[in-house]
Amino acid sequence: MIAVMVDPTPIDIGAEYAAIAVDGAGGIATFAGLVRADDGVTALTLEHYPGATEAALVALAEAAAARWALSAARITHRVGRMVPGDTVVFVATAARHRAAALEACAFLIDRLKTDAPFWKKETLAGAERWVEPRDSDDAAAARWRP
Amino acid sequence: MTTEILYFAWVREKIGTGAETLDLPAGLATVADLVAWLAGRSPGHAEAFADPTRLRAALDQNFVALDAPLGRPREVAIFPPVTGG
Repeated sequence: MIAVMVDPTPIDIGAEYAAIAVDGAGGIATFAGLVRADDGVTALTLEHYPGATEAALVALAEAAAARWALSAARITHRVGRMVPGDTVVFVATAARHRAAALEACAFLIDRLKTDAPFWKKETLAGAERWVEPRDSDDAAAARWRP
Repeated sequence: MTTEILYFAWVREKIGTGAETLDLPAGLATVADLVAWLAGRSPGHAEAFADPTRLRAALDQNFVALDAPLGRPREVAIFPPVTGG
């Protein structure tokens, strides 16, 4: 079962976990990405490409489900304005055994950083700046090439 | 036939709008040709498209390189490299 959600409402991690903790999973891996207060950041605003974003996330989840024989995968990504400590993204994978769940979860978070059309803007000291892509993110995504 | 052109992030901010519906001229062979043509529409477009190496694009929501053939898409999106997650 694949589920993706892109929404401005706060992510309810308890509800997300309950949705993937269904019969048949022997192992569930989860990842939560939170807004950091780096350099005095007071807010983070996420923009995305409606339609294309959801399609990109479904494609990634389907690829992970096929590669690691997952019984379920969920990707929930918040958009709009957030503050430090808020959950930006929550990824969960369910499989029969831990290795598949853990690897698939790492694959999803690495690849969604480079493959899904989201853009981050930081607010700090009253000014705003768009976040630049990082080479380390490209390298992390590239390690999953078959 | 008109084409919907979408802009995101700082490309959208520099141009001052997130979407335009345009009649594209004949002779635009690639996405890069479209970007060069759009750059002439306003100073904001020119600034947004000044450095094509900082741009990415999608044709009908499929991500493509700027040297990809333009074809006759219904929707083109032009945006910076993504920074989600």
